[in-house]
Amino acid sequence: MTAKVEDKLFLNRFRVDENPHIRIIEGNVCMEKCENQPCLYFCPANVYRLEKDRISVAYEGCLECGSCRIGCPNLNIEWRFPTGGYGISHKFG
Amino acid sequence: MQENYDVAIVGAGPAGISAACVLAGKGIKTIVVERGEYPGAKNISGGVLYGHDLAAIIPDFVEKKCPVERNIIESRLWFLSKSGGYSLSFRDRAFYEKQAFNAFTVGRARFDRWFAEQARAKGALVVCSTVVTDLLRDSNNRVIGVTTDRPEGDLKARVVVLADGINSPLAAKTGFRPEPKPSHIALAVKEVIELPEEIINERFNTETGHGVTIEIIGEITQGMDGIAVIYTNKNSLSVCIGANLSDFMESKVKPYEMLEEFKQHPLVAPLIKDGQAKEYMAHWIAEGGYEAIPQLCGDGYLIAGDSGMLFNALHREGSNMAMTSGRFAAETIAEALDKGDFSRKTLAGYVARLQNSYVIKDLKKYRRFNAFRLQHHELFTTLPRLGSFAAQQMLTVDGVPKKEKQKAICKKFRKEISWGSLIRLLWTGWRSVK
Ligand SMILES: Cc1cc2nc3c(=O)[nH]c(=O)nc-3n(C[C@H](O)[C@H](O)[C@H](O)COP(=O)(O)OP(=O)(O)OC[C@H]3O[C@@H](n4cnc5c(N)ncnc54)[C@H](O)[C@@H]3O)c2cc1C
Ligand code: SF4
Ligand code: SF4
Repeated sequence: MTAKVEDKLFLNRFRVDENPHIRIIEGNVCMEKCENQPCLYFCPANVYRLEKDRISVAYEGCLECGSCRIGCPNLNIEWRFPTGGYGISHKFG
Repeated sequence: MQENYDVAIVGAGPAGISAACVLAGKGIKTIVVERGEYPGAKNISGGVLYGHDLAAIIPDFVEKKCPVERNIIESRLWFLSKSGGYSLSFRDRAFYEKQAFNAFTVGRARFDRWFAEQARAKGALVVCSTVVTDLLRDSNNRVIGVTTDRPEGDLKARVVVLADGINSPLAAKTGFRPEPKPSHIALAVKEVIELPEEIINERFNTETGHGVTIEIIGEITQGMDGIAVIYTNKNSLSVCIGANLSDFMESKVKPYEMLEEFKQHPLVAPLIKDGQAKEYMAHWIAEGGYEAIPQLCGDGYLIAGDSGMLFNALHREGSNMAMTSGRFAAETIAEALDKGDFSRKTLAGYVARLQNSYVIKDLKKYRRFNAFRLQHHELFTTLPRLGSFAAQQMLTVDGVPKKEKQKAICKKFRKEISWGSLIRLLWTGWRSVK
């Protein structure tokens, strides 16, 4: 079944921090040492995507759950909160 | 912002705001720092709050127009296989008469804002759009304030309350508590689905203002240790589903696909039919339990709410523990200010208060519950499947004698799950909650 996460993210209000709050530390760890690449699956906003030679990070749609920070088996993700007031703002919560 | 405060609180969730209300109510100079654009901007919960713990802080919360969605009068439990399942529910008149507002739903974006207004009215300063990025310490490593991401954003305070919730890069950076293990966290996603008020009343068999909660386990979490809930709001439903993060890391299940599949389950689809999805969110739930509670105070600081892993997963009680721990933190700080002593020894009065209350008593009682669920994945696979098979067989009228049906059911049970493991499940399950 294909649930389109883009349609879900479209419902949300984001104020994008120009300065990315997520960074992959070592690109080659993803491609060479990470067999299962779990970030491609568990991220609820599909922020991590497999490109030809790397994992790209669409941080703009991040829901700020924190899962990738501790769920990357190689702790290869540098993660901070977006600058105060930026990122997602819940309307209902 | 470069002023000195008696108390600086990190986070304007239920824990932080409760502490702020009590402190400001005593005339103590208090600042709350919140990273969201407004209190609640970053927060989600299933949405049930508890009147008892809120009333200890704002006794007249109903008169003060607390943004209640619905007063909960009925709780349902569902045990689901892929195609069906069991339902058990309890409703009582007491929940809308003498015990009204025992439990009620809210949207956190509205509730947290309202709650912060109460703290402001008592004199606390609540500053939003500001991330606390570090703790200030003196040469003896005592916490003496916080650093923020604002220019010249250092704030000095005699005590800091860390009420920053379960997802805390600040903890990871400063080490006031360890990062949670993936097995101590559930990752939950939530959708708010809008429906007309009368349709919700009809579908849930309630009057206006009355609401229902449904807690659900079974095959819906695709073999992972997890839970789903559906709660009624005034004119929307909160639909959440989540599972243990360590299970997610292994399963390759995508949270949003699991949510979509859940929404199509035969028990769920009719409830949300023709509803409009309005918001999609994700958040951690602190499921580590008693064993995962960090040291809750040190020289110059206290930890309250989810940040201290104060969450009762079995009864989905977290907001109440956040409020009560925030209140206890404030009471302890008031004593420390009287003494002029903010050492860990004095602040340990906070831990004693928690230990003497339902907070630590309940978490201790269920200390084995997290491990139990993680060790018994059959709760989310074989058992709901077999249970549904048995009921479906017995309820099918097809001329087969019931004795034969019973035999077929027993055979299937024996094939898929041994009596030994079933007894072990019941025994460890009982021990984990007794
Ligand atoms: C899907 C889901 C369903 C739930 N359902 C229920 C339920 O029905 N009933 C219930 O009682 N509990 C429920 N809970 C748990 C409940 O939400 C929490 O226990 C409760 O919110 C904890 O309150 P808190 O104040 O400790 O933390 P939070 O509510 O998380 O508040 C922390 C605040 O700190 C802010 N913050 C964090 N870091 C910083 C920083 N560095 N600088 C500035 N600000 C910061 C955050 O933006 C946030 O506003 C649920 C949780 C989830 C995820
Ligand atoms: S899980 Fe971590 S190491 Fe693996 S692909 Fe993702 S970011 Fe890279
Ligand atoms: S914090 Fe959550 S939503 Fe954001 S990128 Fe990481 S896993 Fe995805």
